Amino acid sequence: MIWWAVLGAGVGCYLLKLAGLSVPARVLAHPVVARIADLIPVALLAGLVTVQVFAAPHGRALALDARAAALALAVLLLLARAPFLVVVFGSAACAALLRLL
Amino acid sequence: MEGPRRRTVVRDSLGVAIATGTYGLGFGAVGVASGLDVAQTCVLSLLMFTGASQFALAGVLGSGGTPVAGALAALLLGTRNTLYGLRLAPLLGYRGWRRALAAHVLIDESTAMAVTRPDRDLARTGFLVTGGTIFVLWNLTTLVGAVAGEQLGDPRDLGLDAAVGAAFLALLWPRLTTPLTRTAALVAALVAAGAVTTTPAGVPVLVAAGVAVLVGALTARSSTRPDEEVPA
Repeated sequence: MIWWAVLGAGVGCYLLKLAGLSVPARVLAHPVVARIADLIPVALLAGLVTVQVFAAPHGRALALDARAAALALAVLLLLARAPFLVVVFGSAACAALLRLL
Repeated sequence: MEGPRRRTVVRDSLGVAIATGTYGLGFGAVGVASGLDVAQTCVLSLLMFTGASQFALAGVLGSGGTPVAGALAALLLGTRNTLYGLRLAPLLGYRGWRRALAAHVLIDESTAMAVTRPDRDLARTGFLVTGGTIFVLWNLTTLVGAVAGEQLGDPRDLGLDAAVGAAFLALLWPRLTTPLTRTAALVAALVAAGAVTTTPAGVPVLVAAGVAVLVGALTARSSTRPDEEVPA
């Protein structure tokens, strides 16, 4: 089942790219469509941050744990303009360290 | 005449590509930490090849969501590449098999390094150097990250579950440039948090995408009124 998701979404993402290079530009000329399309990555990524950091590991609940502290560090690193990998692995190290204590 | 300008485009593109290509290390480690095996993680980088979608699929699976929910989240994030394509198509002017190949490396960075160029030749140079270099590096570093991640033991002990949230935030960060995007992100985050407590894993992310539709539809209507038009 995971393989189907990997292959299906992989091919789907390619077709989305190809569609962009192939269909006439006026399809997205409508201002509402253009704005929604701009906001989808923003809303999705914000949702992904929330779920990844605040969803309890098991069951339908929210949790405040080492992941939240790691996210706070990520914010500080981003404010300091740290590179992507420093943000990612810095947060991992922060969570790992907190769990060790 | 074209020589120096072309060299500048190549140099800038390589800089962006080398910096970005190494993110694959993070994706490889996160992929196996989310329950994908090394082969699945690598196939995602080869076939899907659009970072945010790959992280989304892994993230949804890792937090207990179904493969279908993960695939949907990946596809929704992939729609922005369609927009990039619409913008670049007249500039790049590819046809036939060249277009089919170019589509595969149509991502955030290759678009950014092509869209500002004054002519077709420089746009193609920026696009291909950036996209091609990232493709090679991204796949190599994905493999390294996935193999290393698998050798390193329990991903939670390494904090790799926290790394996924940080990766999403780092991808989101450069998009938070206007009050509208900040508001949309905040509302989406709150709605997703509410959905976590009421819906099965994987669904909250899709509900958050619904916020984009809602905010986009509501604000587009108000901003098309000429008396409220603010010059950008």
